[in-house]
Amino acid sequence: MANILESVGERTIEQLDYVGSLNIQWWATVRAMTQALPFVGNRDRWKTTVKQMLEIGVDAIPMVSLMAVCTGFIFAMQGATELRRFGALRYVVDLVAVGFTRELGPLMTAVAVSGRSGSAFAAEIGTMKVTEELDSLRVMALEPLEFVLAPKYLAALIAVPCLSVISNLCGILAGGLFMFFSIHLMPGLYLRYVFNAIELRDLIMGMIKSIVFGSILAQVGCLEGMRVHGGPDSVGRSTTSVVVKSTFLVIIADALFTALFYLTAKR
Amino acid sequence: MTPIISVRDLVVEYDGRRVLNGLNLDIEHGETMVLLGGSGCGKSTLLRQIIGLEKPKSGSVFVKEVDITRCSKPELKKIRKSIGVAFQSAALFNSLNIEENVALPLREHTRLAPSIIELVVWMKLAAVGLADRGKLLPSELSGGMKKRAAVARAIALAPEILVLDEPSAGLDPIVAAELDELILLLKHTFHMTIIVVTHELPSAFLIADRIAMLYEGSFSSVGTKDQLKASQNPRVRQFLDRVPEDIARTPVTEHFAKYLNASEAHQ
Repeated sequence: MANILESVGERTIEQLDYVGSLNIQWWATVRAMTQALPFVGNRDRWKTTVKQMLEIGVDAIPMVSLMAVCTGFIFAMQGATELRRFGALRYVVDLVAVGFTRELGPLMTAVAVSGRSGSAFAAEIGTMKVTEELDSLRVMALEPLEFVLAPKYLAALIAVPCLSVISNLCGILAGGLFMFFSIHLMPGLYLRYVFNAIELRDLIMGMIKSIVFGSILAQVGCLEGMRVHGGPDSVGRSTTSVVVKSTFLVIIADALFTALFYLTAKR
Repeated sequence: MTPIISVRDLVVEYDGRRVLNGLNLDIEHGETMVLLGGSGCGKSTLLRQIIGLEKPKSGSVFVKEVDITRCSKPELKKIRKSIGVAFQSAALFNSLNIEENVALPLREHTRLAPSIIELVVWMKLAAVGLADRGKLLPSELSGGMKKRAAVARAIALAPEILVLDEPSAGLDPIVAAELDELILLLKHTFHMTIIVVTHELPSAFLIADRIAMLYEGSFSSVGTKDQLKASQNPRVRQFLDRVPEDIARTPVTEHFAKYLNASEAHQ
Protein backbone atom coordinates (compact mmCIF):
# COMPACT_ATOMS: atom_id res chain seq x y z
CA MET A 1 0.00 0.00 0.00
CA ALA A 2 2.80 2.36 1.02
CA ASN A 3 4.56 1.59 -2.26
CA ILE A 4 1.46 2.44 -4.29
CA LEU A 5 1.03 5.74 -2.42
CA GLU A 6 4.72 6.50 -2.86
CA SER A 7 4.51 5.79 -6.57
CA VAL A 8 1.34 7.91 -7.00
CA GLY A 9 2.93 10.74 -5.02
CA GLU A 10 6.11 10.56 -7.07
CA ARG A 11 4.21 10.67 -10.37
CA THR A 12 2.06 13.55 -9.11
CA ILE A 13 5.13 15.56 -8.14
CA GLU A 14 6.68 14.80 -11.54
CA GLN A 15 3.58 16.02 -13.38
CA LEU A 16 3.31 19.14 -11.20
CA ASP A 17 6.98 19.82 -11.85
CA TYR A 18 6.31 19.48 -15.58
CA VAL A 19 3.35 21.88 -15.51
CA GLY A 20 5.40 24.30 -13.38
CA SER A 21 8.29 24.18 -15.88
CA LEU A 22 5.81 24.73 -18.70
CA ASN A 23 4.46 27.85 -16.99
CA ILE A 24 7.92 29.23 -16.20
CA GLN A 25 9.00 28.68 -19.80
CA TRP A 26 5.74 30.23 -21.09
CA TRP A 27 6.25 33.39 -19.04
CA ALA A 28 9.91 33.68 -20.07
CA THR A 29 8.98 33.18 -23.74
CA VAL A 30 6.23 35.79 -23.56
CA ARG A 31 8.76 38.26 -22.14
CA ALA A 32 11.28 37.40 -24.85
CA MET A 33 8.61 37.56 -27.58
CA THR A 34 8.80 41.33 -27.92
CA GLN A 35 12.06 40.74 -29.82
CA ALA A 36 10.23 38.58 -32.36
CA LEU A 37 7.52 41.16 -33.10
CA PRO A 38 7.55 43.11 -36.37
CA PHE A 39 8.59 46.81 -36.32
CA VAL A 40 9.42 46.93 -32.58
CA GLY A 41 11.59 43.80 -32.36
CA ASN A 42 14.68 42.41 -34.04
CA ARG A 43 14.32 42.07 -37.83
CA ASP A 44 16.09 38.72 -37.96
CA ARG A 45 13.79 37.26 -35.29
CA TRP A 46 10.73 38.43 -37.22
CA LYS A 47 12.15 36.83 -40.39
CA THR A 48 12.57 33.57 -38.45
CA THR A 49 9.00 33.94 -37.16
CA VAL A 50 7.65 34.33 -40.71
CA LYS A 51 9.63 31.27 -41.82
CA GLN A 52 8.18 29.30 -38.90
CA MET A 53 4.67 30.53 -39.71
CA LEU A 54 5.04 29.21 -43.24
CA GLU A 55 6.25 25.86 -41.92
CA ILE A 56 3.55 25.53 -39.24
CA GLY A 57 0.74 27.13 -41.22
CA VAL A 58 1.08 27.11 -45.00
CA ASP A 59 2.75 23.70 -45.23
CA ALA A 60 0.02 22.17 -43.06
CA ILE A 61 -2.92 23.53 -45.10
CA PRO A 62 -3.36 20.46 -47.36
CA MET A 63 -3.31 18.05 -44.42
CA VAL A 64 -5.59 20.11 -42.17
CA SER A 65 -8.02 20.78 -45.07
CA LEU A 66 -8.27 17.12 -46.00
CA MET A 67 -8.78 16.11 -42.37
CA ALA A 68 -11.51 18.74 -42.01
CA VAL A 69 -13.30 17.72 -45.22
CA CYS A 70 -13.30 14.04 -44.19
CA THR A 71 -14.45 14.86 -40.66
CA GLY A 72 -17.13 17.18 -42.06
CA PHE A 73 -18.50 14.35 -44.19
CA ILE A 74 -18.35 11.88 -41.29
CA PHE A 75 -20.04 14.34 -38.94
CA ALA A 76 -22.80 15.16 -41.45
CA MET A 77 -23.45 11.51 -42.34
CA GLN A 78 -23.55 10.34 -38.72
CA GLY A 79 -25.80 13.27 -37.77
CA ALA A 80 -28.09 12.68 -40.75
CA THR A 81 -28.55 9.00 -39.85
CA GLU A 82 -30.05 9.95 -36.47
CA LEU A 83 -31.77 13.24 -37.35
CA ARG A 84 -33.56 11.72 -40.37
CA ARG A 85 -35.53 9.50 -37.96
CA PHE A 86 -37.04 12.61 -36.40
CA GLY A 87 -37.53 14.42 -39.73
CA ALA A 88 -34.94 16.98 -38.66
CA LEU A 89 -32.40 16.54 -41.44
CA ARG A 90 -32.07 20.30 -41.83
CA TYR A 91 -30.41 20.45 -38.42
CA VAL A 92 -27.40 18.65 -39.84
CA VAL A 93 -26.36 22.14 -40.98
CA ASP A 94 -26.45 23.45 -37.40
CA LEU A 95 -24.62 20.37 -36.16
CA VAL A 96 -21.78 20.74 -38.65
CA ALA A 97 -21.51 24.55 -38.47
CA VAL A 98 -21.64 24.87 -34.68
CA GLY A 99 -19.66 21.67 -34.10
CA PHE A 100 -16.81 22.83 -36.30
CA THR A 101 -16.57 26.47 -35.20
CA ARG A 102 -16.79 25.69 -31.50
CA GLU A 103 -15.05 22.39 -31.25
CA LEU A 104 -13.80 20.28 -34.14
CA GLY A 105 -11.96 22.96 -36.12
CA PRO A 106 -9.65 24.09 -33.29
CA LEU A 107 -9.25 20.60 -31.81
CA MET A 108 -8.40 18.80 -35.05
CA THR A 109 -6.02 21.55 -36.07
CA ALA A 110 -4.26 21.32 -32.71
CA VAL A 111 -3.90 17.54 -32.98
CA ALA A 112 -2.56 17.82 -36.54
CA VAL A 113 -0.12 20.62 -35.68
CA SER A 114 1.12 18.88 -32.54
CA GLY A 115 1.98 15.78 -34.58
CA ARG A 116 3.55 17.81 -37.35
CA SER A 117 5.15 20.90 -35.85
CA GLY A 118 5.22 20.21 -32.08
CA SER A 119 7.36 17.13 -32.61
CA ALA A 120 9.49 19.06 -35.14
CA PHE A 121 10.14 21.76 -32.50
CA ALA A 122 11.25 19.10 -30.00
CA ALA A 123 13.47 17.38 -32.55
CA GLU A 124 15.07 20.65 -33.67
CA ILE A 125 15.68 22.05 -30.18
CA GLY A 126 16.72 18.64 -28.83
CA THR A 127 19.25 18.21 -31.62
CA MET A 128 20.54 21.74 -31.00
CA LYS A 129 21.01 20.80 -27.36
CA VAL A 130 22.77 17.50 -28.09
CA THR A 131 25.11 19.14 -30.62
CA GLU A 132 25.92 22.00 -28.17
CA GLU A 133 24.31 24.62 -30.46
CA LEU A 134 22.26 26.01 -27.56
CA ASP A 135 25.42 26.28 -25.45
CA SER A 136 27.11 27.94 -28.36
CA LEU A 137 24.31 30.55 -28.46
CA ARG A 138 24.72 31.19 -24.74
CA VAL A 139 28.47 31.70 -24.98
CA MET A 140 27.85 34.15 -27.84
CA ALA A 141 25.76 36.12 -25.31
CA LEU A 142 22.53 35.18 -27.13
CA GLU A 143 19.55 33.79 -25.26
CA PRO A 144 18.10 30.55 -26.71
CA LEU A 145 14.72 31.69 -25.37
CA GLU A 146 14.79 34.80 -27.52
CA PHE A 147 16.66 33.27 -30.44
CA VAL A 148 14.93 29.90 -30.78
CA LEU A 149 11.78 29.67 -28.66
CA ALA A 150 10.17 33.11 -29.07
CA PRO A 151 9.88 33.00 -32.90
CA LYS A 152 8.39 29.50 -32.76
CA TYR A 153 5.89 30.50 -30.09
CA LEU A 154 4.78 33.66 -31.87
CA ALA A 155 4.49 31.75 -35.16
CA ALA A 156 2.30 29.09 -33.52
CA LEU A 157 0.09 31.77 -31.91
CA ILE A 158 -0.59 33.25 -35.36
CA ALA A 159 -0.59 30.13 -37.56
CA VAL A 160 -2.77 27.80 -35.46
CA PRO A 161 -5.85 30.10 -35.34
CA CYS A 162 -5.46 30.72 -39.10
CA LEU A 163 -5.39 26.96 -39.70
CA SER A 164 -8.46 26.60 -37.48
CA VAL A 165 -10.36 29.05 -39.69
CA ILE A 166 -9.37 27.03 -42.77
CA SER A 167 -10.39 23.82 -40.99
CA ASN A 168 -13.80 25.37 -40.10
CA LEU A 169 -14.37 26.45 -43.70
CA CYS A 170 -13.44 23.03 -45.09
CA GLY A 171 -15.64 21.19 -42.58
CA ILE A 172 -18.61 23.44 -43.33
CA LEU A 173 -17.96 23.01 -47.07
CA ALA A 174 -18.04 19.23 -46.66
CA GLY A 175 -21.35 19.54 -44.79
CA GLY A 176 -22.70 21.65 -47.68
CA LEU A 177 -21.65 19.06 -50.25
CA PHE A 178 -23.31 16.31 -48.25
CA MET A 179 -26.55 18.31 -47.96
CA PHE A 180 -26.49 19.12 -51.68
CA PHE A 181 -26.06 15.50 -52.74
CA SER A 182 -28.40 14.01 -50.10
CA ILE A 183 -31.39 16.40 -50.11
CA HIS A 184 -30.40 18.78 -52.93
CA LEU A 185 -30.09 21.73 -50.53
CA MET A 186 -28.82 24.63 -52.63
CA PRO A 187 -25.51 26.27 -51.57
CA GLY A 188 -27.09 29.70 -51.04
CA LEU A 189 -29.72 28.31 -48.68
CA TYR A 190 -27.11 26.14 -46.94
CA LEU A 191 -25.00 29.24 -46.27
CA ARG A 192 -28.02 31.11 -44.92
CA TYR A 193 -28.69 28.24 -42.50
CA VAL A 194 -25.02 28.23 -41.51
CA PHE A 195 -25.04 31.96 -40.72
CA ASN A 196 -28.27 31.56 -38.76
CA ALA A 197 -26.76 28.70 -36.76
CA ILE A 198 -23.44 30.32 -35.85
CA GLU A 199 -23.23 33.15 -33.34
CA LEU A 200 -20.34 35.56 -32.91
CA ARG A 201 -19.78 33.95 -29.52
CA ASP A 202 -19.08 30.59 -31.21
CA LEU A 203 -16.45 32.14 -33.45
CA ILE A 204 -14.77 33.93 -30.55
CA MET A 205 -14.84 30.74 -28.48
CA GLY A 206 -13.22 28.79 -31.31
CA MET A 207 -10.53 31.45 -31.79
CA ILE A 208 -9.72 31.64 -28.06
CA LYS A 209 -9.46 27.85 -27.95
CA SER A 210 -7.16 27.68 -30.96
CA ILE A 211 -4.86 30.38 -29.52
CA VAL A 212 -4.64 28.43 -26.25
CA PHE A 213 -4.07 25.15 -28.13
CA GLY A 214 -1.35 26.78 -30.24
CA SER A 215 0.27 28.05 -27.08
CA ILE A 216 0.16 24.61 -25.45
CA LEU A 217 1.62 22.67 -28.36
CA ALA A 218 4.39 25.20 -29.01
CA GLN A 219 5.37 25.28 -25.35
CA VAL A 220 5.26 21.49 -24.94
CA GLY A 221 7.30 21.04 -28.13
CA CYS A 222 9.93 23.52 -26.95
CA LEU A 223 10.04 22.19 -23.36
CA GLU A 224 10.49 18.60 -24.52
CA GLY A 225 13.33 19.79 -26.75
CA MET A 226 14.97 21.71 -23.91
CA ARG A 227 14.70 18.66 -21.63
CA VAL A 228 16.63 16.42 -24.01
CA HIS A 229 19.84 15.15 -22.50
CA GLY A 230 22.22 12.48 -23.63
CA GLY A 231 22.22 11.39 -27.24
CA PRO A 232 20.03 11.08 -30.34
CA ASP A 233 17.83 8.40 -28.71
CA SER A 234 16.68 11.03 -26.24
CA VAL A 235 15.66 13.28 -29.16
CA GLY A 236 13.54 10.44 -30.56
CA ARG A 237 11.82 9.92 -27.20
CA SER A 238 11.09 13.63 -26.85
CA THR A 239 9.30 13.80 -30.21
CA THR A 240 6.98 10.96 -29.22
CA SER A 241 6.43 12.54 -25.84
CA VAL A 242 5.40 15.86 -27.43
CA VAL A 243 2.50 14.30 -29.32
CA VAL A 244 1.23 12.42 -26.27
CA LYS A 245 1.60 15.30 -23.79
CA SER A 246 0.36 18.09 -26.02
CA THR A 247 -2.70 16.10 -27.18
CA PHE A 248 -3.49 15.30 -23.55
CA LEU A 249 -3.09 18.91 -22.41
CA VAL A 250 -5.07 20.23 -25.40
CA ILE A 251 -8.00 17.94 -24.53
CA ILE A 252 -7.86 18.97 -20.86
CA ALA A 253 -7.82 22.64 -21.88
CA ASP A 254 -10.67 22.00 -24.32
CA ALA A 255 -12.78 20.41 -21.59
CA LEU A 256 -12.11 23.34 -19.24
CA PHE A 257 -12.96 25.94 -21.89
CA THR A 258 -16.08 24.11 -23.02
CA ALA A 259 -17.26 23.88 -19.40
CA LEU A 260 -16.52 27.57 -18.90
CA PHE A 261 -18.44 28.59 -22.01
CA TYR A 262 -21.30 26.25 -21.13
CA LEU A 263 -21.63 27.73 -17.66
CA THR A 264 -21.51 31.31 -18.94
CA ALA A 265 -23.91 30.68 -21.87
CA LYS A 266 -27.29 32.47 -22.02
CA ARG A 267 -30.04 30.09 -20.89
CA MET B 1 49.01 42.65 -13.34
CA THR B 2 45.95 40.67 -12.28
CA PRO B 3 45.30 37.44 -14.16
CA ILE B 4 42.62 37.59 -16.88
CA ILE B 5 41.07 34.39 -15.49
CA SER B 6 41.27 33.32 -11.90
CA VAL B 7 39.71 30.14 -10.54
CA ARG B 8 39.37 30.02 -6.76
CA ASP B 9 38.49 26.95 -4.63
CA LEU B 10 36.19 25.66 -7.36
CA VAL B 11 34.05 22.70 -6.37
CA VAL B 12 31.63 21.10 -8.84
CA GLU B 13 29.35 18.19 -8.08
CA TYR B 14 26.90 16.26 -10.27
CA ASP B 15 24.26 14.33 -8.31
CA GLY B 16 26.46 14.33 -5.23
CA ARG B 17 29.50 13.06 -7.17
CA ARG B 18 32.43 15.47 -6.88
CA VAL B 19 33.89 16.27 -10.29
CA LEU B 20 36.12 19.26 -9.46
CA ASN B 21 37.70 19.29 -6.07
CA GLY B 22 38.60 22.83 -4.91
CA LEU B 23 40.61 23.96 -7.94
CA ASN B 24 42.79 27.07 -8.00
CA LEU B 25 44.25 28.40 -11.25
CA ASP B 26 45.42 31.74 -12.65
CA ILE B 27 45.68 32.41 -16.37
CA GLU B 28 47.63 35.49 -17.42
CA HIS B 29 46.89 37.90 -20.29
CA GLY B 30 48.17 36.59 -23.63
CA GLU B 31 49.03 33.19 -22.21
CA THR B 32 48.19 29.86 -23.87
CA MET B 33 47.08 27.51 -21.16
CA VAL B 34 46.49 23.86 -21.99
CA LEU B 35 44.23 21.82 -19.74
CA LEU B 36 45.53 18.29 -20.03
CA GLY B 37 44.18 15.08 -18.61
CA GLY B 38 42.58 11.76 -19.33
CA SER B 39 38.96 11.17 -20.23
CA GLY B 40 36.52 12.04 -17.46
CA CYS B 41 39.06 13.91 -15.32
CA GLY B 42 37.01 17.14 -15.37
CA LYS B 43 38.70 19.17 -18.14
CA SER B 44 35.51 20.00 -20.01
CA THR B 45 33.68 20.64 -16.73
CA LEU B 46 36.32 23.20 -15.76
CA LEU B 47 35.99 24.77 -19.20
CA ARG B 48 32.20 25.04 -18.86
CA GLN B 49 32.74 26.80 -15.52
CA ILE B 50 35.21 29.24 -17.08
CA ILE B 51 32.74 30.21 -19.81
CA GLY B 52 29.87 30.45 -17.32
CA LEU B 53 27.71 27.65 -18.71
CA GLU B 54 27.33 25.97 -15.34
CA LYS B 55 27.23 27.08 -11.71
CA PRO B 56 29.66 25.51 -9.21
CA LYS B 57 28.73 24.08 -5.83
CA SER B 58 31.19 26.50 -4.27
CA GLY B 59 34.15 28.66 -5.23
CA SER B 60 34.55 31.42 -7.80
CA VAL B 61 35.66 32.01 -11.35
CA PHE B 62 36.89 35.54 -12.03
CA VAL B 63 37.06 36.60 -15.67
CA LYS B 64 38.47 40.11 -16.14
CA GLU B 65 37.98 40.60 -12.38
CA VAL B 66 34.26 39.78 -12.50
CA ASP B 67 33.06 36.74 -10.56
CA ILE B 68 30.97 35.07 -13.25
CA THR B 69 29.50 32.58 -10.78
CA ARG B 70 27.72 35.37 -8.93
CA CYS B 71 27.41 38.27 -11.38
CA SER B 72 24.16 39.54 -12.91
CA LYS B 73 22.92 38.37 -16.33
CA PRO B 74 23.86 41.63 -18.13
CA GLU B 75 27.37 41.43 -16.61
CA LEU B 76 27.72 37.81 -17.72
CA LYS B 77 26.57 38.77 -21.23
CA LYS B 78 29.20 41.52 -21.34
CA ILE B 79 31.92 39.09 -20.24
CA ARG B 80 30.79 36.48 -22.75
CA LYS B 81 31.26 38.95 -25.59
CA SER B 82 34.96 38.97 -24.75
CA ILE B 83 35.21 35.17 -24.87
CA GLY B 84 35.19 33.15 -28.09
CA VAL B 85 34.44 29.45 -27.76
CA ALA B 86 34.94 26.63 -30.25
CA PHE B 87 33.22 23.50 -28.96
CA GLN B 88 34.45 19.95 -29.39
CA SER B 89 31.56 19.19 -31.77
CA ALA B 90 32.10 22.57 -33.52
CA ALA B 91 28.42 23.36 -32.71
CA LEU B 92 27.86 25.24 -35.96
CA PHE B 93 24.24 26.06 -36.76
CA ASN B 94 23.24 23.50 -39.34
CA SER B 95 20.56 25.69 -40.89
CA LEU B 96 23.06 28.48 -41.64
CA ASN B 97 25.96 28.37 -44.07
CA ILE B 98 29.51 28.99 -42.86
CA GLU B 99 29.45 32.70 -43.67
CA GLU B 100 26.16 33.16 -41.83
CA ASN B 101 27.51 31.21 -38.87
CA VAL B 102 30.53 33.51 -38.61
CA ALA B 103 28.42 36.61 -39.26
CA LEU B 104 25.92 35.76 -36.51
CA PRO B 105 27.76 37.31 -33.52
CA LEU B 106 28.66 40.34 -35.64
CA ARG B 107 25.04 40.89 -36.71
CA GLU B 108 23.78 40.45 -33.15
CA HIS B 109 26.34 42.46 -31.21
CA THR B 110 27.60 45.18 -33.55
CA ARG B 111 26.05 47.91 -35.63
CA LEU B 112 28.33 47.28 -38.58
CA ALA B 113 26.93 47.73 -42.09
CA PRO B 114 26.20 44.46 -43.94
CA SER B 115 29.05 45.14 -46.40
CA ILE B 116 31.52 45.57 -43.50
CA ILE B 117 30.23 42.40 -41.84
CA GLU B 118 30.76 40.56 -45.12
CA LEU B 119 34.34 41.83 -45.23
CA VAL B 120 35.04 40.89 -41.61
CA VAL B 121 33.57 37.42 -42.18
CA TRP B 122 35.80 36.95 -45.22
CA MET B 123 38.85 38.02 -43.19
CA LYS B 124 38.04 35.61 -40.35
CA LEU B 125 37.43 32.76 -42.78
CA ALA B 126 40.66 33.60 -44.59
CA ALA B 127 42.51 33.49 -41.25
CA VAL B 128 41.41 29.88 -40.78
CA GLY B 129 41.87 28.95 -44.45
CA LEU B 130 38.21 28.70 -45.38
CA ALA B 131 37.73 31.86 -47.45
CA ASP B 132 36.46 29.89 -50.45
CA ARG B 133 34.09 27.64 -48.44
CA GLY B 134 31.83 30.30 -46.94
CA LYS B 135 28.74 29.38 -48.93
CA LEU B 136 28.80 25.73 -47.86
CA LEU B 137 26.58 24.31 -45.15
CA PRO B 138 28.26 22.72 -42.09
CA SER B 139 27.05 19.29 -43.28
CA GLU B 140 29.11 19.75 -46.44
CA LEU B 141 32.40 20.25 -44.55
CA SER B 142 34.92 17.71 -43.27
CA GLY B 143 35.57 17.35 -39.53
CA GLY B 144 38.72 19.50 -39.66
CA MET B 145 37.01 22.22 -41.69
CA LYS B 146 34.09 22.32 -39.24
CA LYS B 147 36.52 22.87 -36.37
CA ARG B 148 38.27 25.65 -38.29
CA ALA B 149 34.90 27.24 -39.10
CA ALA B 150 34.05 27.07 -35.38
CA VAL B 151 37.33 28.86 -34.62
CA ALA B 152 36.47 31.52 -37.25
CA ARG B 153 33.12 32.10 -35.53
CA ALA B 154 34.80 32.17 -32.12
CA ILE B 155 37.19 34.93 -33.22
CA ALA B 156 34.51 36.92 -35.10
CA LEU B 157 34.18 39.54 -32.38
CA ALA B 158 37.96 39.63 -31.83
CA PRO B 159 37.65 38.30 -28.27
CA GLU B 160 40.36 38.72 -25.64
CA ILE B 161 39.98 35.07 -24.62
CA LEU B 162 39.71 32.12 -26.97
CA VAL B 163 38.57 28.78 -25.59
CA LEU B 164 39.03 25.60 -27.61
CA ASP B 165 37.52 22.35 -26.40
CA GLU B 166 39.46 19.36 -27.78
CA PRO B 167 40.22 21.00 -31.14
CA SER B 168 42.06 18.00 -32.56
CA ALA B 169 39.86 15.21 -31.17
CA GLY B 170 38.79 12.77 -33.85
CA LEU B 171 40.99 14.30 -36.54
CA ASP B 172 43.83 12.67 -38.45
CA PRO B 173 47.37 13.74 -37.43
CA ILE B 174 47.83 16.02 -40.45
CA VAL B 175 44.61 17.97 -39.88
CA ALA B 176 45.36 18.04 -36.12
CA ALA B 177 48.80 19.53 -36.89
CA GLU B 178 47.14 22.13 -39.14
CA LEU B 179 44.89 23.14 -36.27
CA ASP B 180 47.90 23.45 -33.95
CA GLU B 181 49.51 25.74 -36.53
CA LEU B 182 46.29 27.76 -36.65
CA ILE B 183 46.27 28.15 -32.84
CA LEU B 184 49.88 29.36 -32.90
CA LEU B 185 49.04 31.77 -35.72
CA LEU B 186 46.07 33.20 -33.77
CA LYS B 187 48.23 33.53 -30.67
CA HIS B 188 50.95 35.47 -32.45
CA THR B 189 48.64 37.53 -34.69
CA PHE B 190 45.86 38.51 -32.30
CA HIS B 191 47.73 38.16 -28.96
CA MET B 192 44.75 36.37 -27.44
CA THR B 193 44.64 34.49 -24.18
CA ILE B 194 43.99 30.95 -25.33
CA ILE B 195 42.71 28.05 -23.27
CA VAL B 196 42.86 24.65 -24.92
CA VAL B 197 41.41 21.46 -23.53
CA THR B 198 43.10 18.39 -24.93
CA HIS B 199 44.50 15.00 -24.09
CA GLU B 200 46.87 14.97 -27.05
CA LEU B 201 50.42 15.33 -25.74
CA PRO B 202 52.22 16.43 -28.95
CA SER B 203 49.62 19.14 -29.51
CA ALA B 204 49.83 20.31 -25.89
CA PHE B 205 53.63 20.54 -25.94
CA LEU B 206 53.57 22.46 -29.22
CA ILE B 207 51.04 25.19 -28.39
CA ALA B 208 51.19 25.63 -24.60
CA ASP B 209 52.91 28.32 -22.57
CA ARG B 210 51.79 26.50 -19.45
CA ILE B 211 50.05 23.19 -18.92
CA ALA B 212 47.64 22.35 -16.12
CA MET B 213 47.19 18.65 -15.69
CA LEU B 214 43.98 17.39 -14.12
CA TYR B 215 43.51 14.08 -12.41
CA GLU B 216 40.22 13.10 -10.76
CA GLY B 217 39.11 16.69 -10.31
CA SER B 218 42.37 18.10 -8.89
CA PHE B 219 45.47 19.55 -10.50
CA SER B 220 48.36 17.11 -10.33
CA SER B 221 50.65 19.66 -11.94
CA VAL B 222 50.55 23.25 -13.20
CA GLY B 223 53.62 24.64 -14.91
CA THR B 224 55.57 25.16 -18.08
CA LYS B 225 56.16 22.40 -20.63
CA ASP B 226 59.64 21.74 -19.23
CA GLN B 227 58.36 21.64 -15.65
CA LEU B 228 55.74 19.12 -16.68
CA LYS B 229 58.24 16.97 -18.55
CA ALA B 230 60.56 16.99 -15.50
CA SER B 231 57.76 16.31 -13.03
CA GLN B 232 58.08 13.21 -10.84
CA ASN B 233 54.44 13.28 -9.82
CA PRO B 234 53.29 9.66 -10.34
CA ARG B 235 50.06 10.75 -12.08
CA VAL B 236 51.94 13.04 -14.46
CA ARG B 237 54.51 10.34 -15.20
CA GLN B 238 51.76 7.77 -15.76
CA PHE B 239 50.08 10.12 -18.28
CA LEU B 240 53.30 11.14 -20.05
CA ASP B 241 54.72 7.59 -20.13
CA ARG B 242 51.33 6.13 -21.16
CA VAL B 243 51.16 3.60 -18.31
CA PRO B 244 47.79 1.85 -18.01
CA GLU B 245 45.73 2.13 -14.83
CA ASP B 246 46.08 -0.68 -12.25
CA ILE B 247 42.33 -0.90 -12.22
CA ALA B 248 42.52 -2.39 -15.69
CA ARG B 249 44.14 -5.49 -14.19
CA THR B 250 41.11 -7.64 -13.51
CA PRO B 251 41.36 -11.38 -12.79
CA VAL B 252 40.52 -12.03 -16.44
CA THR B 253 43.29 -9.77 -17.79
CA GLU B 254 45.73 -11.20 -15.22
CA HIS B 255 44.94 -14.72 -16.42
CA PHE B 256 45.27 -13.60 -20.04
CA ALA B 257 48.65 -11.94 -19.29
CA LYS B 258 49.90 -15.14 -17.55
CA TYR B 259 48.79 -17.19 -20.55
CA LEU B 260 50.63 -14.87 -22.94
CA ASN B 261 53.81 -14.93 -20.81
CA ALA B 262 53.68 -18.74 -20.61
CA SER B 263 53.25 -19.13 -24.38
CA GLU B 264 56.10 -16.64 -25.02
CA ALA B 265 58.36 -18.63 -22.65
CA HIS B 266 57.37 -21.86 -24.37
CA GLN B 267 58.35 -20.45 -27.77
